[in-house]
Amino acid sequence: MEGHKDRVIRTEGLFKVYDDGAVSLKAVNDVSLSIEKGEFTALVGPSGSGKTTLLNLIGGLDTPTAGKVWVHEKDISGLKKNQLIDFRLYNIGFVFQAYNLVPVLTARENIEFVMLLQKVGKEERNRRVDQLLGEIGLQDKAGKRPAELSGGQQQRVAVARALASKPQFVLADEPTANLDSKTAENLLDMMAKLNMDEGMTFLFSTHDQRVIDRAKRVITLVDGSIVSDVTREKTTIEA
Amino acid sequence: MLLAIAWKNIWRNKTRSLVVITAVMLGLWAGAFILAYVFGMINQRLEDAIGNEISHLQLHHEEFYKDYAPKFYLENGEKVLEGLDSNPRVKASTGRVLTYGMVGSAANSTGGKFIGIDPTREDQVTQLSTKLTEGEYLQRSDKNKILIGKKLADKLKVKLRSKIVLTFQDINGDIVAGAFRIKGIFRSYNTALEENNLYALDQDLSRLLNAQHQVHEIAVLLQDEEQVDEYARDLSQQYPTARVESWKEISPELGLMVESLDQYMMIFFVIILLALSFGIVNTMLMAVLERVREIGMLMAIGMNKVRLFGMIAFETIFMVLIATPLGLLLAYLTIYWFGMNGLDLSGLYQEGYAAYGFKSIIYPQLDAMYYYRIMLLVGITALLASIYPAITALRLDPVKAIRKI
Ligand SMILES: Nc1ncnc2c1ncn2[C@@H]1O[C@H](COP(=O)(O)OP(=O)(O)OP(=O)(O)O)[C@@H](O)[C@H]1O
Ligand SMILES: [Mg+2]
Repeated sequence: MEGHKDRVIRTEGLFKVYDDGAVSLKAVNDVSLSIEKGEFTALVGPSGSGKTTLLNLIGGLDTPTAGKVWVHEKDISGLKKNQLIDFRLYNIGFVFQAYNLVPVLTARENIEFVMLLQKVGKEERNRRVDQLLGEIGLQDKAGKRPAELSGGQQQRVAVARALASKPQFVLADEPTANLDSKTAENLLDMMAKLNMDEGMTFLFSTHDQRVIDRAKRVITLVDGSIVSDVTREKTTIEA
Repeated sequence: MLLAIAWKNIWRNKTRSLVVITAVMLGLWAGAFILAYVFGMINQRLEDAIGNEISHLQLHHEEFYKDYAPKFYLENGEKVLEGLDSNPRVKASTGRVLTYGMVGSAANSTGGKFIGIDPTREDQVTQLSTKLTEGEYLQRSDKNKILIGKKLADKLKVKLRSKIVLTFQDINGDIVAGAFRIKGIFRSYNTALEENNLYALDQDLSRLLNAQHQVHEIAVLLQDEEQVDEYARDLSQQYPTARVESWKEISPELGLMVESLDQYMMIFFVIILLALSFGIVNTMLMAVLERVREIGMLMAIGMNKVRLFGMIAFETIFMVLIATPLGLLLAYLTIYWFGMNGLDLSGLYQEGYAAYGFKSIIYPQLDAMYYYRIMLLVGITALLASIYPAITALRLDPVKAIRKI
């Protein structure tokens, strides 16, 4: 455990059991893993293998049946619901499969929104939004509402929003599931670039092989357990 | 930003929001108008009662009410009237000779209240001459002429210029009778008055009573109704042997009506608002349930409960805030217009209204105070109605909400 100053996520003997009386299902079954700062990790596995459940536990959206989650060596398993909300606001960026954005706000306002929740000053907000809009290449769409953006553009804004709060890491649950593969690749390239440029840690789940190819590390889940954890020396990411 | 989102959220489903806004607006409009209508009606009844019947103040002998005996006339009635004439606060005053007895015609007989009047002064106080529908008003020079209500005339089966006989006790307790010729027939929106009152000259009744020219009752109309209580006190001090009463004491049911009306009307309004708030809550619940994923997402990215509550609550409050000024403005305009022009429901209920002493043309009116009260009540309603939908949003579990994706 020593010497891991840059470890952002660590889980230890994590379980999530769904028990409906008749059957008890171990959606997450004894998962222990750790992720270092700056990693770009894919969580893969068949449908129902527990990817979403694991991400929710790591992200403090859900509470484990057993085991612990540390974020930057802070144990979040014991936090109350209200504390978790604040914890998420300041420490974790989320990208979901869909419905990431507030429909009545423009792209710009959506990115700004989390910073408002964090009570970041106006100048700093504007600076950060401009920078992120540049990084996702959507300066010209800043004033558009989500409905006026394509699915890929919406997901880019969602990624920018996740980064806007300067979180410890970004969790993305199948961020490309609703995108065609070309758009999906573009989104992943953008995320990879942000990973390089900002040193942002990403943990994302996916089914898509081409998305998997872009990850530096691939963790495979089957029936809630990690069956393989591969870190590649060489990656296919082009900056 | 929360306020901005709340505001923008209202317009996501324009039709639905507009339905709610319109409902609240119409509810307030109708509610305020009905309030104004009832107040107008009551006020009119009050003004009529004061201006045509009971006046602001009445003076009697202290014991007059005991058995209405004619021997209890006011001391120094003439002096009192002179004093009233020279007082700038007094608009008009008159003295009356009162006695109760039987009135008979060839066909029928019944009880009645016989009022001996000074025709000129009486007219200034109660506008009696304007109530005549047949015949003429009394004059000083008349002898044994009388004015009778239409209802009573019908009951006695008498017409203009018919002769009727009044029978009553004189001041000594002896029964006396006098024959009077009907000079005029009056109508009143107050049925009881039309059935009971007969007006003759004071001198004729005094003579029959075997009394000096004395009065039993002095009625006073003031310039300013606000001064009633104060002036009543002054008069009591000035004439300690007289009993001075304000209209509220003479006709307690009128005073009570005015006072309890306030409460009834507010209860009525609360009921309207209650009905509206169900509509508001229902709409907002729909809005919340439609946005389950979005709310789940907001909670996931770190929007805390206070903010979420505020966002949903403000959406509700904004809708009410849009509707309230519109509804009240509409109400103000219609109340103003009908207040000037009158609202005539004579076709519908004239008889019914008249039986209770109401006129059929109503001039709605609503004090500014009531607009403020309505705003206050609406504000409270908006706050209460905003709570339930907001709490429903808070109960959502972000994990489940997001899984719906
Ligand atoms: N609230 C719940 N109650 C009961 N079982 C649940 C609940 N949520 C998830 N599960 C079950 O837990 C298991 C893991 O689900 P999870 O959504 O984490 O899988 P996944 O790997 O994300 O699947 P997919 O690739 O389809 O998104 C599944 O068998 C699922 O049916
Ligand atoms: Mg999943």
